[in-house]
Amino acid sequence: MLTVRERTPSATLPAEDCSIVTRGLTKRFRSGQVAVDALDLAVPRGSVFGFLGPNGSGKTTTIRMLLGLVAPTGGAWELLGTPMPGGTAAVLSRVGALVEGPAFYPYLSGEANLRRYDAADPAADPRTASARIGLALDRVGLAAAARKRYRAYSLGMRQRLAIAAALLGPRELLILDEPTNGLDPQGTREVRGLIKEIAAGGTTVFVSSHLLAEVEQMCSHIAVMRTGRLVAQGPIAGLRAGEAVRIRVETPDLAEAAAVLAASGLAQVRTGDGEVSAELGADAPERICAALVAGGVAVRGLAVQRPSLEDVFVGLTGEGFDVNG
Amino acid sequence: MSTVSGQETVSIGTGAAPLPRARAVGALRAWLRLLGSEVGLTLRRPRNIAMLAVLALVPVLIGVALRTFGGPDETDGGPSVFGQVTGNGLFLTFAALSILVQLLLPVAVAVVAGDSVAGEAGLGTLRYLLAAPAGRTRLLGVKYANAVVFCLAAVAAVALSSLLAGVLLFPAGPITLLSGGTIPLLDGVLRIGVVVLYVTAGMAALAAVALAFSTMTEAAVGAIASTVGLVVVVQVLGVIPQLSVFQPYLLTHWWNGFDGVLRDPMATGEMGQGLLVFAAYIAVFGSIAWARFTGKDITC
Ligand SMILES: Nc1ncnc2c1ncn2[C@@H]1O[C@H](COP(=O)(O)OP(=O)(O)O)[C@@H](O)[C@H]1O
Ligand SMILES: [Mg+2]
Repeated sequence: MLTVRERTPSATLPAEDCSIVTRGLTKRFRSGQVAVDALDLAVPRGSVFGFLGPNGSGKTTTIRMLLGLVAPTGGAWELLGTPMPGGTAAVLSRVGALVEGPAFYPYLSGEANLRRYDAADPAADPRTASARIGLALDRVGLAAAARKRYRAYSLGMRQRLAIAAALLGPRELLILDEPTNGLDPQGTREVRGLIKEIAAGGTTVFVSSHLLAEVEQMCSHIAVMRTGRLVAQGPIAGLRAGEAVRIRVETPDLAEAAAVLAASGLAQVRTGDGEVSAELGADAPERICAALVAGGVAVRGLAVQRPSLEDVFVGLTGEGFDVNG
Repeated sequence: MSTVSGQETVSIGTGAAPLPRARAVGALRAWLRLLGSEVGLTLRRPRNIAMLAVLALVPVLIGVALRTFGGPDETDGGPSVFGQVTGNGLFLTFAALSILVQLLLPVAVAVVAGDSVAGEAGLGTLRYLLAAPAGRTRLLGVKYANAVVFCLAAVAAVALSSLLAGVLLFPAGPITLLSGGTIPLLDGVLRIGVVVLYVTAGMAALAAVALAFSTMTEAAVGAIASTVGLVVVVQVLGVIPQLSVFQPYLLTHWWNGFDGVLRDPMATGEMGQGLLVFAAYIAVFGSIAWARFTGKDITC
């Protein structure tokens, strides 16, 4: 089942098993806008954690707070078991991050750009820099464009370079803010594959997206944001198990069909245009079918529907995920 | 467990003493690596190279002009460095620095130091540097150190090109000082070195002001324009007789205060006061920059 907000997730999972823990994390901007409101996140170690929400729901602000770029106005957080922001210097070397899109020096090559960020990390060994940079470029498929100036990179190449920057060292946690933004479907698939590969190596991946479909397949856990508030979080398997399965009957005999479904003990009977549907629960669809036929209903079609996660999220967030802001 | 061989003690590292020291050495190496990256970025940037080239070109132009049209008449005042240039090429360095320190050098320094934090914020690279994690105090320190390196590079560019042009265009030899005595050529070059360091210190004080402005905006142009505007306003205030009581507190008032090196013995009083003022500006504006940068939300 989804963990609803009232149940603190940190109570369900010991903090030491989490790569990210936040307690009541809040950001009220000077404009007065509360971008993130009392966020309680628990990101288990080794998970691929989808951080979902429509545009403007506070995902990037949360990530900025996690990385110490923006000071929270309330609450506390830990990264890799270390209380922040005190542990920033010690912890962030082990965290790779992509925040709100790529940002590089346009007049430098991709390789020189990565070298620049590597030089900023006090824990990075300069002797292995070239090897690590080469490997990171290779992993995102930019080895051939390493010497090209960033200015000449396409949007997709820029996004890949940002992911390469997050992979410069051995990372225990990757925080990726909308990593598939600006990528074509092929690029999106490649990034998904890369994330799966990284996660298989034991790295926790925290990935935000406003597009459920883009992260759904690779996530083990998800959290859903709506206007700065967490509306749900938990393992994705639990989420699927909690969905209500419905049975849908296509028929001209709407009233009779609805009566039969209700009489069979099904809840949430709804009559639509040429169809009647109800929550199937644990009932066998063939039993309902037999009951319908026995009740004289002309059954033109019968389907068992497992609502998509998309439907669940539309309900939770009040919006579709494909809205672009 | 201490062993006689020095190599062994390092690798065993049983005592607590070597560890913090090794950590300090590592931290210093990492700091220097970031400074190297910063300096490389600054000195490879076409805009900055162009500024250094212009700075190096001006003394040549001054030299050619003095050679073509002759020095100024000395009837209207006492001895001036300009009047001396045609007699001794080494004076071109003093002449060029005293002109360029008024505006062109400050502009170049304002561009680099004003851009240092705001430019990264505007590009968005600041968030990635801090997430690396560069550390805010550490990054600001490196940014300032880089600005000082650029100050030195700019002043040295002027001095070297002046020296070269001076020696090529005019006779060079023992220097007749403003106070009348004569010092050998090599001594003169050493005194030029003193002037270079003094002017660099003055520019470093301006760099602290520009750095403070740079932490307050995401538009580098804003920080640069504010700094240059401030320099111009202060220069104007500095020549209003009614405001002369404020002069000792104005940064620009001290930039030119290196005439003392052309006296015998070297008159260091004015330069000493100037250095105190520079240090005060660096302390005040450095603190402002630090307070602003370490408490700032990076939202770009
Ligand atoms: N610097 C800021 N000042 C004021 N409001 C901000 C600032 N940054 C973001 N916001 C607001 O906070 C909300 C959350 O933004 P953001 O975290 O970027 O959302 P998301 O990443 O989910 O699209 C938005 O309504 C946005 O307008
Ligand atoms: Mg965002």
